Amino acid sequence: MKTFTPATARAGAIHLTIDGRRYEVDAEGKNLLHVCLSLGLNLPYFCWHPALHSVGACRQCAVKLFKDEADVKGRIIMSCMTPVTDGMRLSVEDPEARMFRSQVTEWLMVNHPHDCPICDEGGECHLQDMVVMTGHSYRRYRFTKRTHRNQDLGPFINHEMNRCIQCYRCIRFYRDYAGGKDLEALGAHDDVYFGRQTDGTLENEFSGNLVEVCPTGVFTDKTLKMHYARKWDLQTAPSICVHCAVGCNTIPGERYGTIRRVRTRYNGDVNGYFLCDRGRYGYEFVNGARRLRQPLVRTGDSLQPATSADAVSRAGAAVSGAAGSGAAGSGVPAIGIGSPRASLETNYALRALVGPANFYLGVSDRHLEILRLMTQVLREGPAPVASVRQAAKSDAALILGEDVWNTAPILALNLRQASTNAPAAAAMKKKKLNAWDDAAVREAIRLEK
Amino acid sequence: MLKPLTADIRSDRTALPLAAYEAAGGYQGLRKALAQTPIQVQQAVTASGLRGRGGAGFPTGLKWSFVPMGGSAMGGSAGDTSGHRYLVVNADEKEPGTMKDRWLMEGNPHQLLEGALIAAWAVQADIAYIFLRREYTLCAESLTRAIAEAQKAGYVGERVLGTGWSVTMRMHLSAGRYMCGEESGLLNALEGRRATPRNKPPFPQVSGLWGRPTVVNNVETLCNVPHILREGAEWYKALSPASDPGTKIYGVSGKLNRPGLWELPMGTTARELIDLAGGMRDGLRLRGLLPGGASTDFLSAEQLDVKMDFDSVAKAGSRLGTGTMIVLDDHTCPVGMVLTLERFFARESCGFCTPCREGLPWVARTLEALEQGKGEPRDLEILQQHVGLLAPGRTYCPLAPGAVEPLGSALKLFRDDFEAHVHQKRCPWK
Repeated sequence: MKTFTPATARAGAIHLTIDGRRYEVDAEGKNLLHVCLSLGLNLPYFCWHPALHSVGACRQCAVKLFKDEADVKGRIIMSCMTPVTDGMRLSVEDPEARMFRSQVTEWLMVNHPHDCPICDEGGECHLQDMVVMTGHSYRRYRFTKRTHRNQDLGPFINHEMNRCIQCYRCIRFYRDYAGGKDLEALGAHDDVYFGRQTDGTLENEFSGNLVEVCPTGVFTDKTLKMHYARKWDLQTAPSICVHCAVGCNTIPGERYGTIRRVRTRYNGDVNGYFLCDRGRYGYEFVNGARRLRQPLVRTGDSLQPATSADAVSRAGAAVSGAAGSGAAGSGVPAIGIGSPRASLETNYALRALVGPANFYLGVSDRHLEILRLMTQVLREGPAPVASVRQAAKSDAALILGEDVWNTAPILALNLRQASTNAPAAAAMKKKKLNAWDDAAVREAIRLEK
Repeated sequence: MLKPLTADIRSDRTALPLAAYEAAGGYQGLRKALAQTPIQVQQAVTASGLRGRGGAGFPTGLKWSFVPMGGSAMGGSAGDTSGHRYLVVNADEKEPGTMKDRWLMEGNPHQLLEGALIAAWAVQADIAYIFLRREYTLCAESLTRAIAEAQKAGYVGERVLGTGWSVTMRMHLSAGRYMCGEESGLLNALEGRRATPRNKPPFPQVSGLWGRPTVVNNVETLCNVPHILREGAEWYKALSPASDPGTKIYGVSGKLNRPGLWELPMGTTARELIDLAGGMRDGLRLRGLLPGGASTDFLSAEQLDVKMDFDSVAKAGSRLGTGTMIVLDDHTCPVGMVLTLERFFARESCGFCTPCREGLPWVARTLEALEQGKGEPRDLEILQQHVGLLAPGRTYCPLAPGAVEPLGSALKLFRDDFEAHVHQKRCPWK
């Protein structure tokens, strides 16, 4: 029997037997589902999310657990709610477990409208993927479907509740993780509704993440809908958000020369799985009609189109001509005024163009002095700059004269997570809770918060 | 035959006032308990063999013993002094055919309060809640009055009966879901949140109401406790000839001559109960019965001599549950009866986990189709599959596994009836 040892395995790592194969895994802070996914095993799930953890609602990640080698019957368990222990024996491929997972998918599809061709989620739908993975392909339910009325949730998010599979991720993100108040689970039994008490714009500054945490097309990007393109038709490239100093990692999607949407690009040290609404939705200026898209060169009263290269070289010549004493110039040197809101590269280019002597950074001397001092303190001082990830894990955060929710929203979202760290750690220790058991941890700290 | 739980309930069913309750020996159990350490009280209840009357039959003393008491608990002060500890009375009686707790709360509210106070002392709770079904308006009246009386008399409040222990008691009227009868769903509802259950562990004794140590006990369970403290474990055990001690409030409903409730020794047979209920109505024959309420397996007409205690009913293939049986006769469609039950369970599913939320309505609609003559041969296979799929551990809580107990056993016992619905394309009873 071969043992697979991932490069990250550490001392104290534990061993699992899955479908007869032995694995050495690092299960620190992970439940069984997380470990199986990390091993690359195909195990479907909906309600579990790496940042929102486990609640055991969807019952999709069932596997079979055996007591020991002699146990051939085993029992069905939910991997997302199961701690990983050394010597565990389980089967993902067990026929009964597969049958149960396929049945869970069939249940989830009972009321789903099967409207994939006209659904904005099409092509990047977790539900579609899981249906294929579990092999459910033939519908036996022959009665009418439950239907819902949808809500106007404002300019960012489209709402189509009939597609809902009730994984509860949306309210867990919106309420528990982001602290929103105006999105709720309403109703009961097979008529649970995720929405607001009345129509209206979602208030939370992270509402756009609903689009990504929703595993199907209930919450979709309304700005994308304005100029829709399928995921596979979008040109994408890794990018960094321009809206604040945090530098969240993004994936803008472009088609036919216009940006259609921005999605989160996972970076564990910065924004993790999430973006703020400014970062996600603040992209339309790129497509703005009043943007200068065609370089023009003025000759007398007429403006003639030019290529970018031509325009740049003529502008350069004009500036350096002005700076020198050439024929084009007036003899008065051109000066360049940079900006703290422009990129380093842009400022440097301007400085090179006009020469250091004629360049002004756009920052007052006093301000510059403070900036230099800050840089020095950050480089040499005793307190290193915390990454956003570190901020989320901090025991205490001192915020001096800053409105973090507006100047660095993702940092604020992570500081919000930090606010429950100490009570959560104490409760986990005292009550022997697993960190991934989200509902239990949140319950245990309810009074301490 | 001794009937400790109901002997003092007046024939006109008006609530027994405090003075009358005390005259009948009331609050002597509490006095005895307060003279002992909490651990001793736990041990006394464990020794009595009392098992929970809410349906699961879990040993009550053992349930209490899971509350972390800390080192100083033997002396009577709370071990975990960092916050509140709660005792919650589950009075959200809502299962079809079950109305035993109502009788106890309407007729003798102080008996429940005394039991709750002893339980609160045993786990060193400082706040006791009574979580009451909203429709039980007479219970709400009798309990509200009784709590006020008990406060005035010093049984509830600061320094109870001169001890160092203080306890407050509050009544909470449930907004009404069957799910609140499940203890963790009840706790969520009591916190003002959706009545969805919680995963266990952690158990409520460790992390319950607002994350604090909490014990949730059924009304009838707690009503036994004063008598156990007052008369002792041996006396309590002698109440019943069966392996399960004490008496039980049994209920019988269905098409009988005198359906009703009786307090009888644990282990009374189903046949005796049906006789007490005056037998079947004219011309009707008994076909089967749900011994423990809506969420238990059918027993057949041949199993009437089964003793109605936890172990005997389990051995017969069902559960004692709440001890309130529903009888099926030969002029009632078993498919229709199961449909009524499954409609109830489908409606009362909280909607949290997939199998229960989507599976039970499918079951109910399939049964509906059978009743309407629109059944298909494959329907019986789909129903049978759901019985297996909604098994314990596959759903988030016990609601759905309980819901398919009558279905699974009906498919076995009344197979011909189900098939007749499919083949005749109609309900043969209509």
